[in-house]
Amino acid sequence: MTTLAPPREKPGTDVSMLSVEHAQIGYVVDGVRHVAVGDVSFEVRRGETTMLLGPSGCGKSTLLKTAAGFLHPWQGTVTVQGRPTSKPGPDRAVVFQEFDQLFPWRTVRDNLVYPQRVNGRDKAEARRRADEYLELMHLVPAADRYPHQLSGGMKQRVAIARALALDPDVLLMDEPFGALDAQTRSRLQRELKDVAARTGVTVLFVTHSIQEAVYVGDTVVVLSTPPSTVLDNVDVAGLDDPADPAFTDALTRLRALLAHDDHEPAAGAFE
Amino acid sequence: MTVTDTVRTDPVAPPVEGTRVRRPLRELRWGDLPTGPRRTALVVAMLAVWQVAVEVSGVNPLLVVGPVDVASAMVDGVADGSLVEATLTTLKILLTAMAIGIAVAAVLTTLATWTKLGEDLLVLLTSMLNPLPAIAILPLAILWFGLSSTALIVVIANAVVWPISINVSQGFRTANPTVVAVGRNIGLKGWRLVRDVLMPSALPHTISGLKTGWAFGWRTIIAAELVFGVAGEGGGLGFYINNARYFLRTPEVFAGLVTIALIGILLDLAFTALERRTVLRWGMKAES
Repeated sequence: MTTLAPPREKPGTDVSMLSVEHAQIGYVVDGVRHVAVGDVSFEVRRGETTMLLGPSGCGKSTLLKTAAGFLHPWQGTVTVQGRPTSKPGPDRAVVFQEFDQLFPWRTVRDNLVYPQRVNGRDKAEARRRADEYLELMHLVPAADRYPHQLSGGMKQRVAIARALALDPDVLLMDEPFGALDAQTRSRLQRELKDVAARTGVTVLFVTHSIQEAVYVGDTVVVLSTPPSTVLDNVDVAGLDDPADPAFTDALTRLRALLAHDDHEPAAGAFE
Repeated sequence: MTVTDTVRTDPVAPPVEGTRVRRPLRELRWGDLPTGPRRTALVVAMLAVWQVAVEVSGVNPLLVVGPVDVASAMVDGVADGSLVEATLTTLKILLTAMAIGIAVAAVLTTLATWTKLGEDLLVLLTSMLNPLPAIAILPLAILWFGLSSTALIVVIANAVVWPISINVSQGFRTANPTVVAVGRNIGLKGWRLVRDVLMPSALPHTISGLKTGWAFGWRTIIAAELVFGVAGEGGGLGFYINNARYFLRTPEVFAGLVTIALIGILLDLAFTALERRTVLRWGMKAES
């Protein structure tokens, strides 16, 4: 087994960074309420990568958008370091799935510098940090290019670097690799794992891929079909070799959880 | 190795990445030339045909003049200042009207972006006033403001405000929601979100709105000036042409027309250059 990163340091791993308590979140279509997230509670611990895994329509993106401050819970609370996530803000930097999330009129470097400037960092410092994160995400050769000159994988790297340069309390990732081809996708998963370990950033990552959840995450929060509840919290820390039997076990377990839920949508208990 | 291999009729080196493909001179085709020389050659040819046609046909010089006479009329017009003055008068009115039109368009599109009522208002106004040929309100403007440059400015401002408003508000409405979400995520709101995210997002539409607005304004002002000059301050280009016709100075009629066309071309080039430096460079608009 190859070690891709030095062992993750987990400063105060048991400290909760983001906390979701009995959140009920939904949306209104033509004046009719639809509940996506039924009653969900979980914690994202500092320095960890927490994966939100669930069937499509289970409200995992809804939860992430609520954490980002774009949506509000109908009931319950979503807090970051104790503060409700009522507005969008750079302490919860988001990486979206869409490739066109970069500012097309700014170069790659400016895409990193500008958000820092908005948040009061001086020019030299913003520039220095931008270069640091460009280096970290292997973007130095592309620093002076415009987004439209980049491939999808490069664009997602820039989006990650831009978010990290803001020093967020928690990095929110909404299926960021969902639109990439398989090869690029697994390379970016590896890079993200590496960068998360190096920077110690806290990550909440939405995915519908069981493989991605096990490989990238430390903890997997498994959601049921809507109105969703938490089926289980699965610890997958340190699992990064698909050939490892423990890795396969985790896959099997998550698959079973989701399959079980599929047959009995209302079931809350299992095992 | 065969003999034919060593004496190849086409002594082209094996293809190497990055080398230029050259066609032998005798195989050179029209389409292989760069755009500039191609167009210049065509213009020269057309001028030559025009000059020869005028001389050979012996057409009445009061009706048609050749390019040489037109050029000399233009030189005279520049030398005695009459053509320059007329051009400046027209441009001054147009620019004033454009500035007013842009300001009004800015207010209208801001209202339309922020409130539903504003949006309805803009849609109604544009659908009623945009199809109306701008020159049609000239009589009304004269009734209200007399034979003054104010009347012209009102007519032209009306001509430019609608295409600009339509395009800019479309630019705002079609701004990429993900980019706007990113803007809010990094902490932008209110005016700053508009200035730093929505306005650049709408730039391709804004430029095409200005382009259309300018074209409408330019056509309208010439038409309006043909109807009357500018009272008090001397006439613009339309007046210059009409006046030349009145005194049967045909070369000056042509000189006025050529000036109008040249300014049109220059501004088009300016817009193209602006697009190349901005939206094309940023990949926000496909090269056409």
